[in-house]
Amino acid sequence: MQNSFFIKKKENSNADAFNSGTKKSCETVSFEPKIIGFLCNWCSYAGADKAGTAQKPYPPNVSVIRVMCSGRIDPQFILDAFQKGADGVMVLACHPGDCHYKEGNYRAVQRYRLLLKLLKQFGIEAERCRFDYVSAGEGDRFVSVINETVKAVKKLGPLKR
Amino acid sequence: MTGKPKISMYWAASCGGCEIALVNINEKIIDLDANFDFMFCPCLLDTKKQEIKELPDESIFITFFNGGIRTEENEEMAHLLRKKSKILIAFGSCAYEGCIPALANLSSREELFKTVYLDNPSIDNPHGILPVPESDVAEGELEIPLFYDTLRTLSQVVDVDYFIPGCPPEPKQIWKVVELVLSGASLPPKKSVIGAGKSSVCEECDRKKSEKMVEKFFRNYEIIPEKEKCLLEQGLICMGIATRDGCGALCPKVNMPCTGCYGPPEGVLDQGAKMVSALGSIIDISDIKGLSEEKIIEKINSTIESIPDPAGLFYKYSLADSLLKRRVAQ
Ligand code: SF4
Ligand code: SF4
Ligand code: SF4
Ligand code: FES
Repeated sequence: MQNSFFIKKKENSNADAFNSGTKKSCETVSFEPKIIGFLCNWCSYAGADKAGTAQKPYPPNVSVIRVMCSGRIDPQFILDAFQKGADGVMVLACHPGDCHYKEGNYRAVQRYRLLLKLLKQFGIEAERCRFDYVSAGEGDRFVSVINETVKAVKKLGPLKR
Repeated sequence: MTGKPKISMYWAASCGGCEIALVNINEKIIDLDANFDFMFCPCLLDTKKQEIKELPDESIFITFFNGGIRTEENEEMAHLLRKKSKILIAFGSCAYEGCIPALANLSSREELFKTVYLDNPSIDNPHGILPVPESDVAEGELEIPLFYDTLRTLSQVVDVDYFIPGCPPEPKQIWKVVELVLSGASLPPKKSVIGAGKSSVCEECDRKKSEKMVEKFFRNYEIIPEKEKCLLEQGLICMGIATRDGCGALCPKVNMPCTGCYGPPEGVLDQGAKMVSALGSIIDISDIKGLSEEKIIEKINSTIESIPDPAGLFYKYSLADSLLKRRVAQ
C-alpha cells in the first residue's frame, strides 16, 4: 500500500521516532552486525577460550557476556540487547546433562523456544537469536557456531527499529 | 467557580472503563465532590477544551489521564493537561503502559487501516477511502487528527508524576489515592506506581501453591479448574506470577486466570519477558531429560503449541511500555 494518504502535516512527529531508529539502515556490503553472546562460564566461555589459545580465527562481531549458567539468562537481557542496538543475540549453554547446576540449560532452552515465538510476533527473525550447546573442549565448534550466526545475521542485515 | 482544588479526568485512546471505575467509588463520589471541584471530564461533563486553555498553568490540582497516545489530538491534550495540572497521573493501564490499544503496535498503520476500513466483512467502502488528516470538500477544508504509527504511553510523551495501574484501576484503590491526597500526608516519590502493591498477584491470591511442574498448557475453555489449587499449576496461563498486586487477586478468586492488567511487579522491566522466564521455570523437565538435542526441541515445541499468541497473551496490557514497544520495521 502506498503511503501518500498520510499527509506531511506532522512528518517529524516524534511518534514515529520509534520506527526510524537511531541507526541509519544503510544496507551496504560492509555491514558488520553487532551480536551479543551470553556464554556459560563452565562450557562455552571455556570453549571460546580454547578457540582463542589455539589462535583459531573467528569474526569479531560477538561481544561476549559471561554468565554463571545459561539458566541465569533472563529473557529481559535478550530483549534489552535487541532494544539497545544488537542485530543478533546468542545464548551458548552446556550440553544437555552437563549443566553444573543440573537443570539450568533445560530451563534456558525452554525459555528460548517460547521467546522465539514471541520474537517472531515482534518481527525479529529466529536467525537473529541463536541458542546452542558448546562444551569447554569444543573450540572448533565454538568457531563454527559464531561463523554461522554472524553469516546469518549479515544476510538479514541490520535490525531496523 | 469554587475555591476547592480542581480535579479533572481526560480520556485519550481508551475505552471509557476508567471513567466508570471512578464513578464506581459509589457514594464516595459525594465526598470527592465535597472536597474537589470536578471540573473537566469529556465523558461526564461539558467543559470545553477552550476553557482549559484559558486556565492559568498548574491551576488544576490533579488530572487523571487515561488512555494511550494514538493520535495527534491525544498528544495535544496530554501537553495541555500537563501544563495546566500540578499533579498529572497516568490513570489505568492504557495511559500507564498502553493496554489493549497498544496491541496494535504489532501491526503497522497501513495494516490497521486496511483491516478497519477495507477488509472487515461488514465494511462497504467501494472507493477504498481511508482517513487523511486534511481533505477538501465542497464546504472547505476538513481536518482530522493524524493517526500515529505507534501507540505511546503518556509518560513517553509528557512528564508524568504518578501511575495508577489496572484495567481499570480498582475503585477501592482509586479512593485510597484520593484519601491520601486529602489527608495532606506527604506524597510518595514522583514517578511511583500508586494505588497498588509492589509484589505480585500471587502474594494476594489464596490458592494453594506447591512446586510447579506443568506438563501441558490449556486454553481457558478447555478445562474447568479445581477451586483451590493454583491455576498455573493446573496448566492455565495465569499471569499473576508476573503481575503487580493491588486488585486483590480478583480473577483467580472467580476461577479465571489473571491476564496481567496491573502491569509488571516493581523492578520488572518487561512483563512478557518475565512471563517467558516464569513459564520456562515451571514446565516439567522430567520429560526432556535424557533426550537428544533435537528431541528436546520437539518436546518443548509440542508443550508450548497451546500458546499460539504469546505476545498477545503476555503483553495484553504492557506492550507500549515493554522493552521492544512495537514490532520492528519490516
Ligand atoms: S485501562 Fe482498561 S478500562 Fe481504562 S480505558 Fe484502558 S481499556 Fe478502558
Ligand atoms: S499463578 Fe495465579 S492462581 Fe497461581 S498463585 Fe499466582 S495468581 Fe494465584
Ligand atoms: S487478577 Fe490480574 S487481570 Fe484480574 S484484576 Fe487482578 S491484575 Fe487484573
Ligand atoms: S552451567 Fe553451563 S548451562 Fe548451566
